[in-house]
Amino acid sequence: MPLALEGSQALARTVALCRPQVVAAYPITPQTHIVENISRLVADGVFDCEFVSVESEFSAASVALGAAAAGSRAYTASASQGIMLMSEVLFNIAGLRVPMVMTCANRSVGGPLNIWNDQQDSMAVRDSGWIQLYCADNQEAIDTTIQAYRIAERTELPVMVCVDGFTLTHTLEPLELPSQEEVDAFLPPYAFSRSLDPAHPISIGTLVTPEHFSEVRHAHHTAMVKAIAEIEAADGDWQALSGRSGGALLESSGPADATVGVLTIGSIHGTLLEAMTEYPASEPVRLIKLRCFRPFPAAAIRAACAGLERLVVVERALSPGSGGIVGNEVRAALSTMEQPPRVENYAVGLGGRDVPLDLYPRLLEADGEVGGFSVFDVDVSRLAPEDQ
Amino acid sequence: MSETTVDIDIAALRRKQPRFRGIEAGHRACLGCGQALAARLMTEAAGPDVTLTNATGCLEVFTTPWPESAWRVPWMHSLFENSAAIAAGVEAAYKMQGRKTKVIAMGGDGSTFDIGFQALSGALERGHNMLYICYDNEAYMNTGIQRSSSTPHAATTTTSPAGKARMGKRHLKKDIITIIAAHHIPYAATTSVAYPSDVRKKVRRAMAIEGPTFLLIHAPCPLGWGHEGNLTIEVARLAVQTGLFPIIELERGQLANAMPIRDPRPVTDYLKVQNRFRHLFADDLRAKEELEHLQALADYNMETYDLRGEGPDAMDTEAADTVKRRGTRWA
Ligand SMILES: Cc1ncc(C[n+]2csc(CCOP(=O)(O)OP(=O)(O)O)c2C)c(N)n1
Repeated sequence: MPLALEGSQALARTVALCRPQVVAAYPITPQTHIVENISRLVADGVFDCEFVSVESEFSAASVALGAAAAGSRAYTASASQGIMLMSEVLFNIAGLRVPMVMTCANRSVGGPLNIWNDQQDSMAVRDSGWIQLYCADNQEAIDTTIQAYRIAERTELPVMVCVDGFTLTHTLEPLELPSQEEVDAFLPPYAFSRSLDPAHPISIGTLVTPEHFSEVRHAHHTAMVKAIAEIEAADGDWQALSGRSGGALLESSGPADATVGVLTIGSIHGTLLEAMTEYPASEPVRLIKLRCFRPFPAAAIRAACAGLERLVVVERALSPGSGGIVGNEVRAALSTMEQPPRVENYAVGLGGRDVPLDLYPRLLEADGEVGGFSVFDVDVSRLAPEDQ
Repeated sequence: MSETTVDIDIAALRRKQPRFRGIEAGHRACLGCGQALAARLMTEAAGPDVTLTNATGCLEVFTTPWPESAWRVPWMHSLFENSAAIAAGVEAAYKMQGRKTKVIAMGGDGSTFDIGFQALSGALERGHNMLYICYDNEAYMNTGIQRSSSTPHAATTTTSPAGKARMGKRHLKKDIITIIAAHHIPYAATTSVAYPSDVRKKVRRAMAIEGPTFLLIHAPCPLGWGHEGNLTIEVARLAVQTGLFPIIELERGQLANAMPIRDPRPVTDYLKVQNRFRHLFADDLRAKEELEHLQALADYNMETYDLRGEGPDAMDTEAADTVKRRGTRWA
């Protein structure tokens, strides 16, 4: 039976269902409700874990790393400045190939200070070597978090589950929370092959010279590429068990003969779905919802774009001076197609800018520069005169 | 070929060696490295049922050039500034697993006094059951002898060189033990590689305590301090005998013990054997002033910790390893 839950509340209860033994976190909007809810579950005796209330995100990620390396399932969550502060540790966790799961409640990165949603934070650490899964709604966030533990522990790669701040974390929705039995059936107890144990002493995090470093990176990259199969398998198995998919690598919807596509990442998908009924387009449109951004599922993206003549990539971050981060990678992936669609690329909803329903027709009408990129919805008159 | 036979009783020699050593010989430390010696003494006292975390620094680098490792106990290095937080995570995990294995976090003075201080303070405040050990060689040695907040006043490093306009480091050595004391943890102490049994004893004492403990081990770096490798122990001992590095124990932030100095030496005895203080012996008024300043710092320590002993002891002229029980005069 569905329960009416706030996204953060649902995530906290989902995390508890995954039975991490150590949770370490530091508050930051819009992630705070997640850790507050976890703290409450611990205080009420519902969730038996060592909750380490650290003094910074740097230590949050480090405590989780130490715990996972010592043989306990670990969890942390953060956003924005917190992701930036822990970024050195994030690279370290992935480089040491220690499995764990974290939630990124996506928020812009300052300055200027802005607490609202975009995806600049997780995009900034896309090269850290973590698997990154972006959720379109809170049900996906629940199902993805559970799958994330299985993926992480089978691949020995950490997984970041990205949920749009406020849009998802602070929204009340009817949600299906799986039972403990279902989660236990899906997720075997944590067993890390290289844990810190005096009976079998090993050294983790040694100095690796040029003689071996390329091989280490090669192995990491290969593991990431191979993780694509694990991500698909986890979603398939979870669907068989729960009846719900968490969103696979990507999902595409709309008529097969569509020649126009819109590719999104995160919660904008829901807005576009609704907009499609509100503003029926003159031509059939295919919506592609990218869930897995790292590893980058280039083949799945090409398959999803087959037959398209035009693709609009809509994302919530940018690489200033270059353009859209997702857009550029999609372009590169499509370049090996025999007849790739023309790609237009926009950043929308930056720093919590509203993503209204009429964004959809406006995007389709925009007919932006092919190969180009722009921040959508910019009103230069809001800038100081000298900056206009 | 001539053959030399040396008459050594191997069995007797073995009996003299400690039973367990968590760090093996064959690592790549420099000749006379104080930190390598301190780490060895620590692991001998800590035994096999420990897990170590190590901040980035010389110790981490010289013990683990992949695919080799000198460590015989579980050991983990993550970053420069998170040794205490990694240890806290390991401890939290062991607690949930119902394990009694003690966690020991290690870091250099750069890691401890400077960049990793926040993580250390947080871990102490949260009361993790762990021992934090700082190997104090008074500079960032791994990156080539840059000043840290532990570098003594007036010492030269590559980022606090002495020149026409400067007399080495302009600031004081951070009083870390007082800051640690302010956390009111069950046990904190200083010790020095010049006194091996004091190091072992304090490690054992800290290991026996349930809760956060802290140990600062003074460990000369021949390369960084500018003395011969065979003088490490002598230099370390002079630091103590001059009063520049007091050997103390604190319980819940209160001074409990101090190693008495029976025959205090002038600071110049310590300074003149190290190149990092060579500029203080130039014919220069500022140099003279700095020497006086350093002597005043030593005198201050003698006073503050009531270090003066009762004169020469026939049995133990160096006052080595003698710790006198004191009251809680120092606050
Ligand atoms: C964030 C970060 N900044 C700088 C460094 C470079 N670095 C590595 S070790 C080190 C100095 C270590 O000094 P200390 O902690 O005193 O240990 P020692 O090498 O003297 O034993 C520095 C600056 C780093 N690894 N990480």
